[in-house]
Amino acid sequence: MMYHEIMIRYGELSLKGKNRNVFIRKLRDNIRRIMKDLPTVKVKSEHDRMYLFAEEGQEIEEALERLSDVFGIQSFSPAVRCKADLETIKETAKRILSDMETEGKTFKVEVRRADKTFPLKTIELQQEMGGHLLPLFPGLVVRMKNPEIRLLIDIREDGAYLSTKTLQGAGGLPAGSNGHALLMLSGGIDSPVAGYLMMKRGLKLDVIHFHSPPFTSEQSKQKVVELAERLSAFGTRIRMHTIHFTEIQQAVQDAVPSALTMTTMRRMMMKIADRVREEIGAKAIVTGESLGQVASQTLDSLSAINEVTTTPVLRPLIAVDKLDIISIAEKIGTYETSIRPFEDCCTIFTPSNPATKPKTDKVIYYEGNADFGPMIEKAVAEREIIELPLKKEEDPFSDLL
Amino acid sequence: MIYFDNSATTMPDDRVLDTFVKSSKAFFANPSSLHRLGIEADRLLERASEQVAELAGMPGGKVVFTSGGTEADNLALFGLARGNRSHGKKIIVSAIEHPAVLQSIPQLEAEGFMVERVHVGRDGVIDMADLDRKLTADTSVVSIMHVNNETGAIQPLEEAGKLIRAKTRAVFHSDTVQSFGKIPVPISENGPDAISVSAHKIHGLEGSGALILKKRHELQPILFGGGQQEGLRSGTVPVAHAAALAKAMRLSVEERDLAPYADWRNDLVRYFGTFSKVMVLGSENNAPHILSVAIRGIKGEIAVNALQEREIYVSTSSACSSRSRKESHVLQAMGVPDDYRHGVIRISFGRMNTAGEIEKFKEVFNSFMETIERV
Repeated sequence: MMYHEIMIRYGELSLKGKNRNVFIRKLRDNIRRIMKDLPTVKVKSEHDRMYLFAEEGQEIEEALERLSDVFGIQSFSPAVRCKADLETIKETAKRILSDMETEGKTFKVEVRRADKTFPLKTIELQQEMGGHLLPLFPGLVVRMKNPEIRLLIDIREDGAYLSTKTLQGAGGLPAGSNGHALLMLSGGIDSPVAGYLMMKRGLKLDVIHFHSPPFTSEQSKQKVVELAERLSAFGTRIRMHTIHFTEIQQAVQDAVPSALTMTTMRRMMMKIADRVREEIGAKAIVTGESLGQVASQTLDSLSAINEVTTTPVLRPLIAVDKLDIISIAEKIGTYETSIRPFEDCCTIFTPSNPATKPKTDKVIYYEGNADFGPMIEKAVAEREIIELPLKKEEDPFSDLL
Repeated sequence: MIYFDNSATTMPDDRVLDTFVKSSKAFFANPSSLHRLGIEADRLLERASEQVAELAGMPGGKVVFTSGGTEADNLALFGLARGNRSHGKKIIVSAIEHPAVLQSIPQLEAEGFMVERVHVGRDGVIDMADLDRKLTADTSVVSIMHVNNETGAIQPLEEAGKLIRAKTRAVFHSDTVQSFGKIPVPISENGPDAISVSAHKIHGLEGSGALILKKRHELQPILFGGGQQEGLRSGTVPVAHAAALAKAMRLSVEERDLAPYADWRNDLVRYFGTFSKVMVLGSENNAPHILSVAIRGIKGEIAVNALQEREIYVSTSSACSSRSRKESHVLQAMGVPDDYRHGVIRISFGRMNTAGEIEKFKEVFNSFMETIERV
């Protein structure tokens, strides 16, 4: 059966009163953007549903795959549209079922009648369809609860939509519908997951990454670009800010005792992130910290690091176990990239004995040994900014392979 | 020149040669090197590997680039047998496998594995009842080729796979050197877990092939050294060969239906039917690009010589064994009558053949048959 339409049901946003239209528009724009390279795809939003059309069957297949990653969608169904008259609907339903294995399957017809001018009432149409289809497919067994085949007939003003398959959407709220934050993205497993979870709640993200050449390689940066690019598949475009951090790291080594270098380094990162956040007009900072996971994530450390800012720091993983984080990372396709073994700037200068209970006043005292202010300003000013997803460059291998 | 010996090797496609030359020049660096040139070569290698797995019908699978079909078969047998000892020590192969498999048996036996051969019928197809009898719970590896190199007989891989899965936990390998790119290889639930391919049989280059696996299946390496290819095959990976193999595989799959092998084969089967002294070997269900016929009372090499006088190149039963003058184990296994067994020639088509060449062949073969009638 060739489908040309996909019916998209909104998730939680059906509940949102006044903002509803904003959410719907955002969702529609997000869907349009990720379908941009599919030339025959059109998206139309209505009050309670969104419809995606494509002339090419292949584009529908591709669209079905991509929709499962889009936040703000509760579920979606490939559908066939036909004229909303009884004979045509019967004929279409018969065609759909003939392509399916019906022998011994439980079955139910469900009707929604948004167009109240349709001559048959919901129940009448259900009965009419059942009466027509059951003799044609004698293997079907009617069952109202959890049928294996659920034929949905949606009568609308522009026609009848028939579908038998409902696919689970990603849930959440449309990316970018709930404000703007800055994600601190290392190359590890946690921070992309934190970003994902916040995007799912509708945040638009910029990401910031700290790079310490020559101690960290081009590959370790490339890995972070890939992670950010993967995150951008879940909604909005993402800007990535790369900070050259080598000079500050060296200054930290000189200024504070080795047990505290890690705390100070994190504080500097947080300060820089906060300055960038201010410049881009974001309202919060997102991190992948999980309580107690490493020395910098004890409550004392978090508190000493957090002391540099009053900006809300969102830590969606604070109470999540490592194994659960990993399983989300696997699900969203960032795990394989995250575990590639390149040094990042956090691991390279790690002291052998970092303080797990740093005293904030002590840390501040030692930081007085160096003048970090100008260095921070310089790092912020000289950051590299790229937009993701990257424009598809010519594939250098396409004519080879 | 008419080249009908494509099962021995094929003429390389210009587009594949082009890939080889360009990749050798632009991506010459060692893909294990840390610097940018190495990383670029590694990216090409990774893309080639991805493409090879996809074309094999095993997207996301493991690809081990090898020196050719023989190494791929050896790696599959020794690597899977040694790695899956915990399943058992019994290995089953068909009696008509390529020597790359059959000649590995003595060494496998020396290592304590027990190897059983499955019989084939007159049509050159394995006897399913015999396979069923031989499959036991301690079978760890089964290797059955897809298309036989001498007769073109297609082996029922899915049916065999169903039996194997029902009765054992064995890893199922198939030598698809003769079939890949010629007919679809069934990689379904019941199809093989691993296949061997060779570049030069699909208009690629000699010295290049791959073992492709749905997943690692506890494969152990047979070459040791620098740990390249995730330790599965040490030795600097020849990136240009990998890219050329990926290209050859793509072209052979994409252009599989352009040459009407079946029409040519059926035409020749009808044609050979008009000679009382010529017997077509194998059934009509055989792979369409290989046709073996036996001529009563002569040696195959006489036909090969006579045809090459007129610039037509065919082979006796199989190129690998044709110079060794040993009797073909495949023809023995199939029970071809004695007075025919020495007169086998194999005609095998490739992408570059044309319908006109079939007509020309008939003309030349007619005069050859007249000659031997007179003797």
